[in-house]
Amino acid sequence: MKTFNTGGIHPPESKFTGNSAIEVMPLPAELAIPMNQHLGKPAKPIVKLNDEVKKGQLIGEADGFISANVHASTSGKIKAIKSHPHPGGQYAMTIFITPDGKDEWAEGLDTVAADWKRFSKDEILKKIKDAGIVGMGGAGFPTNVKLSPPPDKKIDTIILNGAECEPFLTADHRLMVESAEQVVIGMEIMASLLPAPVKLAIGVESNKPDAIAALEKFAAPKQIEVVSLKTKYPQGAEKQLINAITGRKVAEGELPFDKGCIVQNIGTAAAVFDAVCRNRPLIERVLTVSGMEITQRKNISARIGTGFKDIIAFCGSMSDKTNQVISGGPMMGKAIFSLDVPVVKTTSGILFINNRSLDKSRERTCIRCGRCVEVCPQGLAPWLLANTAQLKQFDEIQLIGLANCTECGSCTYVCPSGRELVHWIKYAKALVSSRQKRKSA
Amino acid sequence: MDSVKLKVSYAPFVRTKDSIESVMYNVALALAPATVMSIYLFGMPALLVTVICIVSCIGFEWLMDTIRKKPASCLDGSAFVTGLLLALNVPSNLPIWMLVVGSFIAIAAAKHVFGGLGHNIFNPALVARVFLLVSFPAAMTSWPVPFSIDMQTAASPLGILKTDGVEAAMKSLDLMNGFYGTMNGSMGETSALALLAGAAWLFYKRYITIYIPFTMLGSVLLFSAIFHMIDPSAYAPPLFHLVTGGLILGAFFMATDMVTSPLSIRGQVIFGLGCGLLTAVIRLWGGYPEGVSFAILIMNGFVPLIDNWDLNERKAIHQKKSEKK
Repeated sequence: MKTFNTGGIHPPESKFTGNSAIEVMPLPAELAIPMNQHLGKPAKPIVKLNDEVKKGQLIGEADGFISANVHASTSGKIKAIKSHPHPGGQYAMTIFITPDGKDEWAEGLDTVAADWKRFSKDEILKKIKDAGIVGMGGAGFPTNVKLSPPPDKKIDTIILNGAECEPFLTADHRLMVESAEQVVIGMEIMASLLPAPVKLAIGVESNKPDAIAALEKFAAPKQIEVVSLKTKYPQGAEKQLINAITGRKVAEGELPFDKGCIVQNIGTAAAVFDAVCRNRPLIERVLTVSGMEITQRKNISARIGTGFKDIIAFCGSMSDKTNQVISGGPMMGKAIFSLDVPVVKTTSGILFINNRSLDKSRERTCIRCGRCVEVCPQGLAPWLLANTAQLKQFDEIQLIGLANCTECGSCTYVCPSGRELVHWIKYAKALVSSRQKRKSA
Repeated sequence: MDSVKLKVSYAPFVRTKDSIESVMYNVALALAPATVMSIYLFGMPALLVTVICIVSCIGFEWLMDTIRKKPASCLDGSAFVTGLLLALNVPSNLPIWMLVVGSFIAIAAAKHVFGGLGHNIFNPALVARVFLLVSFPAAMTSWPVPFSIDMQTAASPLGILKTDGVEAAMKSLDLMNGFYGTMNGSMGETSALALLAGAAWLFYKRYITIYIPFTMLGSVLLFSAIFHMIDPSAYAPPLFHLVTGGLILGAFFMATDMVTSPLSIRGQVIFGLGCGLLTAVIRLWGGYPEGVSFAILIMNGFVPLIDNWDLNERKAIHQKKSEKK
């Protein structure tokens, strides 16, 4: 069984929803659609107050090269355009839509599935761009940009990331089981965009045998390899996945391009299929609602812009013991500060937890046990990075591999002293980059 | 739902159940077989020594925390382990006041002077042992004979080796007795069997790695074997060195102390080799019969240097990469 060769941890899997079929969530009474659901510049709103919009209609236009379109998730009326809490932890310009209940598609969208081979490369790329597809694993990098690598980089492998190594999350798992064909076709479409034929591989952790079997059925005839990966965190991190499947090592400062690889998420592949074959923009996504403090744990398909409160109502209720709600997985997700936030394109899960250690936790002194060094998948010394960050030695810290950290959190997971190692590293990264910006300005 | 107050904290939101306490008390658990063995061999005095050392170490830890105005760390297990290790490193007939002085040296002079847990350069229990050894050499080297009722004392096999030569030393000890532990010596260091059982637990829990103990034992064996081959009448066989004295206790429990050993594998190998060679050198030619404590303490002093070497290596790799670009 393949795996990456340095470090890694085994947190409890807690995948309670692996066997629950995806439930389609009914339309909520209001949708809040933020303009920045992707990496890069936020989209520019192109609708006005009280405008009538149709489902799938463009409401936010990509602003610049690294940006993405945003669409209305249902038909209705624009109720407000204002700043609103975002699951990323900040306020963001958000368009509010009051659904009219008809859920009518805009003209030319949601067509009968067509054969993608009819379209030219440029047409496909335009469809992906127009549909506002971004990496749905969490980073939200615009997919059309990722699929147009610089011409001097020779791409020979496309990897589809079905590892889903975060505990609790099962959204990609269910998508692979229930929509295996769409996922495989979506991958073929992406591969067709590259100048030369490439090797195709789908990496799935071995704890999802049903997903592997479902994919095999459609992948095998098309020479797509389904790779069973060892269940180990962070198997689904881009650099680790490339290492596990191709044996190549993406070094500090390098992108997957530099090693001839493109990695795409399962959800992204399904969205590409919808966009190219059925003319459906990215207006809904599959996510896992889980954690110990919600009565019904589910995989749901929700419209982009659905409020967390509506999701709680759909999944029973949240217990009074909840003290944290997390957008994303427990290892790399973010604790949200308000239940008013909506589902965005990169929301892979919502967890309701009672974090008992929260009140009494304090960072204690490092006892030099070396566990963080042992588990770091990037071969760094997290304790040293954290110490250097605490001392604010921001020149020194760049020399010991700051930029090489992928922020997977393995070091913090294992630390017996409860040090916030990855937090200190993120803190240093933020300060280093703001300092560089100031210098170049 | 409205009664719920959301809190924001740093990712990851799942954490290991391991804590400083669990690490320390697992080390204590690993020392349990040796402690039980020493009480079996040396009787109630051994139990008394153990209790006094642990209690006074925890007491001094509390005192130092109070004086330094730090959050109380006396029950985090580190003082417990220090006390236990100190007890296992002294003869069972040591006067109580000496034990208390030793505990004070371990906690105050070797640990809190440097900033408390995690900041000490030298292993606290070993500093205390060496302090006691050089201050009270007579008391520290009159070893009770196992199972004796009237606290009869005798020299340890290593002591005999130093004063009376190889032949007398070999006659004084059946090597298998050394392995099981029925020989004269400090409380916890006599039974290799009990110590190895505890070490196995630490390996299983992954609190120690193989690099330090094995390089240390290996280099002592190799070094003493070479000289035994050159002149068997002047130098004892390697297995004699393996089972006598504090070598096994030192290699598995003292040299591997997380705080005072290097972090990288390469550093640990060098550290282990240094400990082994110094132990052998002191045993073969030194003024003291036993060299494990001195060897480990000397190598402790090199740890920052070894760690710095790794740090510079990381920087060099980084520099090479950025030059390539």
